[in-house]
Amino acid sequence: MSDLIQLLTTDGVRVEDPDVAFAPDAALLAEHGDEAGVLRAMLRDMTLVRRFDNEATALQRHGELGLWPPSLGQEAAQIGAGRALAAHDFVFPSYREHGVAWCRGVELVDLLGLFRGSDHVGWDPAEKGYAPASIVIGAHALHAVGYALGVLHDGAVGTGDAARDTAVLACFGDGATSQGDVNEAMVFAASYNVPVVFFVQNNHWAISEPLTRQTRIPLVQRASGFGFPGYRVDGNDVLATYAVVQRALEHARSGQGPVLVEAVTYRMGAHTTTDDPTRYRTDDELEVWRRRDPIDRLAKHLRATGAADDAWFAALEAEVEAFGTDVRTRCHAMPEPSALASFDETYVEITPTLAAQRAEVEALLALDETAEVAR
Amino acid sequence: MADYLLPDVGEGLTEAEIVGWHVAVGDTVTVNQVLLEIETAKSIVELPSPYAGTVEELLVEVGQTVTVGTPIIRIDDPNAPAVEAPPRPEDVAAEGPETLVGYGPRETVSRRRRSGAASGSVLAPGHRPPVAPPAPAARPLASPPVRLRARELGIDLNQVRPSRADGVISMADLTAAPAATAPEMPPLKDREYREPVKGVRRMMAQAMVESAYSAPHVTLTVEIDTTHSVDLVRKLRQDPRYAGIHFTSLLLMARACILALRDHPELNARWDGEAITFRRYVNLGIAAATPRGLIVPNLKDAADLSGPELARAIQQLTETARDGRAQPADQAGGTFTITNIGVLKVDSGTPIINPGESAILAVGAIRRKPWVITTKDGSEAIAIRDVVTFSLSVDHRFIDGAIASKFLAQIAAYSEDPSGLGL
Repeated sequence: MSDLIQLLTTDGVRVEDPDVAFAPDAALLAEHGDEAGVLRAMLRDMTLVRRFDNEATALQRHGELGLWPPSLGQEAAQIGAGRALAAHDFVFPSYREHGVAWCRGVELVDLLGLFRGSDHVGWDPAEKGYAPASIVIGAHALHAVGYALGVLHDGAVGTGDAARDTAVLACFGDGATSQGDVNEAMVFAASYNVPVVFFVQNNHWAISEPLTRQTRIPLVQRASGFGFPGYRVDGNDVLATYAVVQRALEHARSGQGPVLVEAVTYRMGAHTTTDDPTRYRTDDELEVWRRRDPIDRLAKHLRATGAADDAWFAALEAEVEAFGTDVRTRCHAMPEPSALASFDETYVEITPTLAAQRAEVEALLALDETAEVAR
Repeated sequence: MADYLLPDVGEGLTEAEIVGWHVAVGDTVTVNQVLLEIETAKSIVELPSPYAGTVEELLVEVGQTVTVGTPIIRIDDPNAPAVEAPPRPEDVAAEGPETLVGYGPRETVSRRRRSGAASGSVLAPGHRPPVAPPAPAARPLASPPVRLRARELGIDLNQVRPSRADGVISMADLTAAPAATAPEMPPLKDREYREPVKGVRRMMAQAMVESAYSAPHVTLTVEIDTTHSVDLVRKLRQDPRYAGIHFTSLLLMARACILALRDHPELNARWDGEAITFRRYVNLGIAAATPRGLIVPNLKDAADLSGPELARAIQQLTETARDGRAQPADQAGGTFTITNIGVLKVDSGTPIINPGESAILAVGAIRRKPWVITTKDGSEAIAIRDVVTFSLSVDHRFIDGAIASKFLAQIAAYSEDPSGLGL
């Protein structure tokens, strides 16, 4: 289907969809009391992630990070998908999924280590169910399908046991759909009917290449070519994204195979801090999407329905500001990495060649140490 | 008090132009408030403040192009770290303006040091910060491969003067540096080099000088049609008596020499100035080129051996020599020598006699050549034949040309018609 699924308009009004409804799962309801509580929690998620993302962009300008890929504008897509995941599901992210990382319990400041050059990953992927960021565009779609095949072989699909049935979420952008790896991953996923959800955040720009050059048809239609279902959802609508991804994950967990979800959103910021989007897109286009802001529309809805009052928003604002300061402080305090970390963190069992090189580097470091002492 | 250093807002940018200030001296600013706009090779970028406080000084002017790492604004931030003593020159060298990589993680520490330095100097607005070549670093700056090379050469990097402006020691700088110990290998680019003469080479030199300056040499050569020998060699290679032997024409010549020496014992004798010592045995030397130099092992009592025995013995002798396993006894006591210069594609030469002997035969390359033959009906014709040249050097103190020529003629006859060799 190519129709855009939407459950919350840009004015913050709830609407019905014939196929999909917003129904938070039991765990979310239990944690936040009721549906309004879940919506407040999602707004808080999105606001904290945006504050973090803005702080990270600023930290790059301060000279504290080598590079930063902003997620500004894509918060609803990422929180919607992230909150739909079960604890035992597994995510293969690109480098821009800060909101999904947050939902997996990754400390956001730990995302900075890679971009500061002080860490390779920053979290335990197995513990969080969240793989290291893939900088290579689309390469991790294959990893996701491989992991999902493993899930299939483990028999953790279609048992009807919610604590056992597992889905894999592969997150990438519209640019990645032009990559061979992503297309191969989709062929393989269909061949073996693995429990994977391909979650495409269509943010309209592959660095400076517009979506119109990437595809002649809505990306969601590609799913039928590979032979599995696809959903096209308003990626700036956190309710709709949650509902669609929830359904897609359930489809995968129940053993019905892969699903493609195209979340239509917009990258409000630059591709990375190295990029200048004013060179290839217009202010008019940006303004259109500013009016579709994912945080504004949910805030409007919560105010209009009385689910959140001024005091709640004031408290959120204070929390968010303190959060930004905390990220900055902890970023400054990140320790310098050991030059030996590359050897120690690449393979489980180090190869003989690398072991020899490690010893060589260790000797060089000792040499430096000696020079330091001699001074 | 803190200075904001121009960051690298791209990946590996080295400089940016100041487009415009959004704040003035005396303004109160908050963290992440936009301070100014810069233009890099890639984009126009707004820079947010890392500090909160009062703007004390704008250190660069609009329109100025500034190197990454240069202080651009000073802010009186009460929460900024206390000012430390001015940095030592090495700190500036290690973290100077052109350091593009790696200042991120050290920023917190290095900024304080630089802040101290800046506060100790007076920088007027618009003053261009100095980008002079830094003083030599106490901890020398060098890449790991350069450090490794320096260690291998025994060079103390502290003694090396970097030629690069950023103070980083390059591979080239090492060549000008004093080494603690001289390298073992001669530098590759020397136009000349000396190699000490020892071992086999030294022995050869001594033997040749002793022979050449004591025995007056005379060398005779003969060119003959050896086609029948070549045919015999081919035949004997199929002969079961010579199974396992790589039969060559050298074996034929060894046999020919042994037979001819019976008739010309002078060439198997030795001159010592007082008398001539004749031998009733032949210790046949075969010159062999080995990786260590020329050696001449000899086959003891070669005249007593049958054809197959001689063939096997010579093969074993030459193999042992080529493997470098020839013993001194193998090389002592020779009476006559054959040198096979044909394997080197050479036809003839003037071989020098092995000390203690009186003659040496050089066997040249066998070549296909036009040759005048006498046909069965007695007429002459030109045919393509296998042709070889023999060069015989003799000690002219007691062997005259007549004796030498007769010996050479006999060898040539055996080579032309090897049926009499009894192989």
